[in-house]
Amino acid sequence: MNSNNNPLLEVRGLVTEFSLEHGVIAANADVHIRVRAGETLGIVGESGSGKSVLCRAILRLIPSPPGLISAGEVLFDGTDLLALSEAEMRRVRGTRIKMVFQNPMTSLNPVRRIGDQITEGLSVHYGMGKAEARAEGVELLRRVGIPSPETRVREYPHQWSGGMLQRAVIAMAMAGEPQLLLADEPTTALDVTIQDQILALLLELQERTHMAMLLVSHDLAVVAETCDQVAVMYAGRIMESASTKALFEAPMHPYTVGLMNSIPDMAGTAARLVPIPGQPPDLLHLAPGCPFAPRCVHASPDCAETPIALSEIAPGHHTACLHPERISAGAS
Amino acid sequence: MQFLAYILSRLVQMVPVLFLVVLIAFLAMELVPGDPIMLMLGGRANETMLAALHAEFGLDRPAVTRFFSFIVNALQGDLGTSIIQRQPVSVIVGERIEKTVFVIVYGAVLAVLVALPLAVIAAMKHDRPVDHAIRIGGMVGMSMPPFWLALLLILLFGLGLGWFPIGGYGEGFFGHLWHLFLPGLTIALFLSPILVASLRAAMLDVMGEDYIEVARSKGLSPRRIMFKHVLRNALIPAITVLSINIGWLLSGAVIVEYVFSIPGMGSLLVRSVGSRDYPVIQGLTVVFALFVMLTNLAADLSYMLVDRRVLRK
Amino acid sequence: MPAQAILVAAPGAVLREIGRWSITLKIGSLMLLVIVLAGIFAPVVAPFDPYFQDYDRVLLPPNGTHLFGTDQLGRDLFSRVIYGIRIDLVVGFIITFVPMIYGVAIGALAGYYGGVLDGVLMRLLDTAIAFPFLVLIIVVIAILGPGVHSIYIAVFLVAWTMYARLARAEMLVERSKDYMLAAKTLGYPTSRIIFRHALPNIIGSSVVFSMADFVLNILLLSGLSFLGLGIQPPEPEWGAMVAEGRDFIFENWWICTLPGLAIVVAGTSLSLIGDGLARRLGQRHQAIL
Repeated sequence: MNSNNNPLLEVRGLVTEFSLEHGVIAANADVHIRVRAGETLGIVGESGSGKSVLCRAILRLIPSPPGLISAGEVLFDGTDLLALSEAEMRRVRGTRIKMVFQNPMTSLNPVRRIGDQITEGLSVHYGMGKAEARAEGVELLRRVGIPSPETRVREYPHQWSGGMLQRAVIAMAMAGEPQLLLADEPTTALDVTIQDQILALLLELQERTHMAMLLVSHDLAVVAETCDQVAVMYAGRIMESASTKALFEAPMHPYTVGLMNSIPDMAGTAARLVPIPGQPPDLLHLAPGCPFAPRCVHASPDCAETPIALSEIAPGHHTACLHPERISAGAS
Repeated sequence: MQFLAYILSRLVQMVPVLFLVVLIAFLAMELVPGDPIMLMLGGRANETMLAALHAEFGLDRPAVTRFFSFIVNALQGDLGTSIIQRQPVSVIVGERIEKTVFVIVYGAVLAVLVALPLAVIAAMKHDRPVDHAIRIGGMVGMSMPPFWLALLLILLFGLGLGWFPIGGYGEGFFGHLWHLFLPGLTIALFLSPILVASLRAAMLDVMGEDYIEVARSKGLSPRRIMFKHVLRNALIPAITVLSINIGWLLSGAVIVEYVFSIPGMGSLLVRSVGSRDYPVIQGLTVVFALFVMLTNLAADLSYMLVDRRVLRK
Repeated sequence: MPAQAILVAAPGAVLREIGRWSITLKIGSLMLLVIVLAGIFAPVVAPFDPYFQDYDRVLLPPNGTHLFGTDQLGRDLFSRVIYGIRIDLVVGFIITFVPMIYGVAIGALAGYYGGVLDGVLMRLLDTAIAFPFLVLIIVVIAILGPGVHSIYIAVFLVAWTMYARLARAEMLVERSKDYMLAAKTLGYPTSRIIFRHALPNIIGSSVVFSMADFVLNILLLSGLSFLGLGIQPPEPEWGAMVAEGRDFIFENWWICTLPGLAIVVAGTSLSLIGDGLARRLGQRHQAIL
């Protein structure tokens, strides 16, 4: 791990708000993450924790209204993406940062040929001609493991299976060799047997191109297998971030522990399933302090009262908990 | 092969509807209170003429027999004879079909030219002032009766500015385009509010689809997304609305032909109802119905050009 | 269930409900209220007898005494337009809401029971959508002669199908919901379940559609009357009045333009209400007519 390198992507204090009928919620509240080139950062959390919003905020794909990125910086290769013009941002989306979405069945336009969709970004951003783009489309499909790509580029999405479509979506993302890939639950909508193939494909492509990857998942097992670093999200905040090894060996936030205990068959955790008590957070009515406090077994009265920032408790290991020592005490 | 089978099955589905249409057309003369021949002849009837015409129209035979000979004749293109105009109905109606089709197609093309930009603007500026203005303008436009619109256009362009003729069919293709501009524009203005509303709704639906977000994530511009990804997917619901409203388009055409004195099927219809020319009314009924059905068929076939998935369903 | 709420609410609740209306719904309702009141109190609102012919005052342009001017027979056009409300709005109302009543009932029953009844209805609806409505109107007019009864008969035969389609689709969704099962287990009679429990929940789309339908029906009535196939002169029907003024269009523009404006205003008020109701009832406005 070349930890002295500057991060390729650094998100600082990102706040993304949505105006709803009954008030404003912060889907991302003061989010900090860093990813280096060639590294994979896993982002885990329950649905609604703000993982997908984070990906979209990095690419500035938040629909506005109702959404608004109201604070923070998204530093990509030293440039703050939030300060770019819309046209400059489109250029970044088309060339340097790409995204893979959750549902391959709906990610492709049903009335256009798959090949055209894969290479559309190339013709727009690299001025690639028709014949060249088609050849590149074949090559991209071959690289993601689609058999006989020469004929398949001309087909339409309804002719393909979900697993193949996700390969096509990945091919589309790899067009132009991006430096950063945002993968938002890329395997959730797929059959279990296909999931591993897709993950393996993503890792292989990363290996080859040395791109950085942000892998969003609600599945701890997926993250444990594939990621170098992990950030745990809850109620729009990063609760804990560390190297995968450190996080799974010695979690320093009660929510991370709860997450691990509520998932069956995780190596190194209790064999017994322990669901997290209480309700998922209501983003409209949050206490100023730790959003997990109402469900936390270690919480003290002051947990809910004052905002808790991430603090480094071991090299590279951050947690937003006032009482990390209680966790190790409880574990031992 | 699939394509042919599809067309064939659609044609078969049309048969019962067509049968119903022919039955209703037949009933037009059958259910008239009193003697239809007498009504048609008005005061000119004498005994020998009446008897001769009764025999010619087969009114001395039972209704069921007449219905079947009506169908058999209609299938051979014989729609009877107009007593009033003393000509075969197929000839009278036949020479007017082209004019009505010209007016309608012209109007529909102008309607698309008016509606498409408005719908695109409304969808791209969703919930902004422009969108609201277009929506409310559409509500006002939808409330404008076509005969009134036609008269306003005559006042404005025909009389006030003198740019366009206010009647007639003109000579040659460009003569038709020139003479039928105001009728076509009337139909376009009458049709476009419905078209704008449906296109806008369809585009907003499409803009919420995942693949549009994917397209944005590829760094495409809003314009490219609209024209390459949204529009084509929004066409199917828009074509559906247009084909459902073909009846309205036709009734608009009837009124427009009447106001602008275009010698098409619509003005013929109004005159024939006034003069109780039953054979002509029957003929027009069948031709109008065929026109609606063929338009719906054409709409269904056009789906396939837009979206390959239709064939699989 | 705001529709129900309006019906049973106390005055305070009515005001609160109106407070929730969108601006289009408020403006549209206000316009319609004014039009309806003007129609009801036509003898008070209209300054002249709509049929009275004053040959000393023919073809007068709009002025202080005759707001809309006079026609070729010296009749006061404003008074005729006001009395026209009683024809166009009333006939339009009847040909919109009578078919709605039995259309919704048929659709609800078919959706609830399914089976053969539903199968027959679906075939009927498919035929109706392929059948050119205009043709039917013409044939009925050809048989019975021009006039409002021909319009009633033709519309009553066909117009219910759209409501049946909407109500059936909604009932299919509603049928499986918990409160319907609850009503069933309580042993309520089926008619009560369908009409008291389900109906308020399935009628929304029909109500929204009925406003657009109302507008088109007014256009239909005035259009047929304009062609001389609907309501006949000297009745002050708006379309018939436009037709009467057509011969004078170049010298006396007001005779054919101002009655047409009445149609636009009435239609717009209904469209605004339809748009507002769609939003209030949480439905997407029906663009398909």
